[in-house]
Amino acid sequence: MSDHESSFVHVSSVKLLLIVWVALMFGTWLTVSASNIDLGFLNIWVGLAIATAKAVLVGLFYMHLRWDKPFNSFFFLGAFLFLFLFIGFAMMDSAHYQPDLIPGYSPGMGD
Amino acid sequence: MSDHEHSSDGLAVEHHFENADQQYQSAKLGMWVFLATEILFFGGLFVAYAVYRGNHPEVFVFGHHFLDKNLGALNTVILICSSLTAAWAVRAAQLRQIGMLKLMILLTMLFAFGFMGVKAFEYNGKWKHGLLWAGQYDPHLEDHGETSHDVIGEEFAEDAHVEIVNEETVVEASEAQTAADADRSTIAPAAEGPAGLAAPDSAAADETGEEIEPANAQTFFSIYFLMTGLHGIHVLGGIGAFAWLLLCARRGDFDSGHFTRVDMVALYWHLVDLIWIYLFLLLYLI
Repeated sequence: MSDHESSFVHVSSVKLLLIVWVALMFGTWLTVSASNIDLGFLNIWVGLAIATAKAVLVGLFYMHLRWDKPFNSFFFLGAFLFLFLFIGFAMMDSAHYQPDLIPGYSPGMGD
Repeated sequence: MSDHEHSSDGLAVEHHFENADQQYQSAKLGMWVFLATEILFFGGLFVAYAVYRGNHPEVFVFGHHFLDKNLGALNTVILICSSLTAAWAVRAAQLRQIGMLKLMILLTMLFAFGFMGVKAFEYNGKWKHGLLWAGQYDPHLEDHGETSHDVIGEEFAEDAHVEIVNEETVVEASEAQTAADADRSTIAPAAEGPAGLAAPDSAAADETGEEIEPANAQTFFSIYFLMTGLHGIHVLGGIGAFAWLLLCARRGDFDSGHFTRVDMVALYWHLVDLIWIYLFLLLYLI
């Protein structure tokens, strides 16, 4: 390792760790407060936006993506891309069959 | 931030790597690939959630009232604190502060156990009230003035026992409900309005303090237990990994400035925290 003393490692400062922690705590408080206000269909999107902001903070700073090779972020975001495809297509498919559903009748979903 | 003098990993470089940097980056890339598979692993459950909630929102509105928002928020706070200590542990390992490293690992484990404790408390409540997954769903929500006899009986009972206790206590309520359910599944969808997000009929619910239960309410609890259960298993795995790190630290493995292991476990731990952030929102807050 002596042949490579250059800084491939990023050491986070305590200050930064604590700032992110405070931000995450604030996000938690915010998301709980937002859930207590009835915003109709917006509730879920506001909640998801706050959760995603928190996730980005954790990813960028606690998981070091901010200082990492971009390839790692690329990989991680790729997983989310495929997750969205999975969820999106499943929901589109399910919505397509929605008119055929009988309310309250879901054989196989009960016992 | 400025401490780059301890930047090398301190591990012997394996012969198939050019240098420590490449070795470290390879380990890290491998970890990120693993985390990507973890996202997709949970992804299946998120799809189940999305599809079922898309089609039957009333089931989720009904179900989430049985989850305690405060306990969920408490667990979120606990996990965020544990993420802080995990990130701090990485920093300590990088700077060869072995004492600090041990302390941070211990704190992270402590938070993890705290999380599981709260989870156990919640699961216990669900179990007592029969709010379980599909086939085991058998709600008896009245605050049955729990004689100690009942409690003991339930805790040790096989499923059959629980059912008996339950039948004795809720016979009348459930008979009417069953009749209504039977009608509902065989007769006329046209007669029913869209259940949607309509407010529960509070007049009818007054008697028992219960809400009108939508059909297939058990599905919420199936999804709840699968998602939080899988997450809980990951937390247990994390506790194991941190215990291993503690042993490594005791053995002096990190004295040389080697910190890759700490970094990888911390990455895993942050992902567990990340997933919980979404679970908390989707299950407890709706």
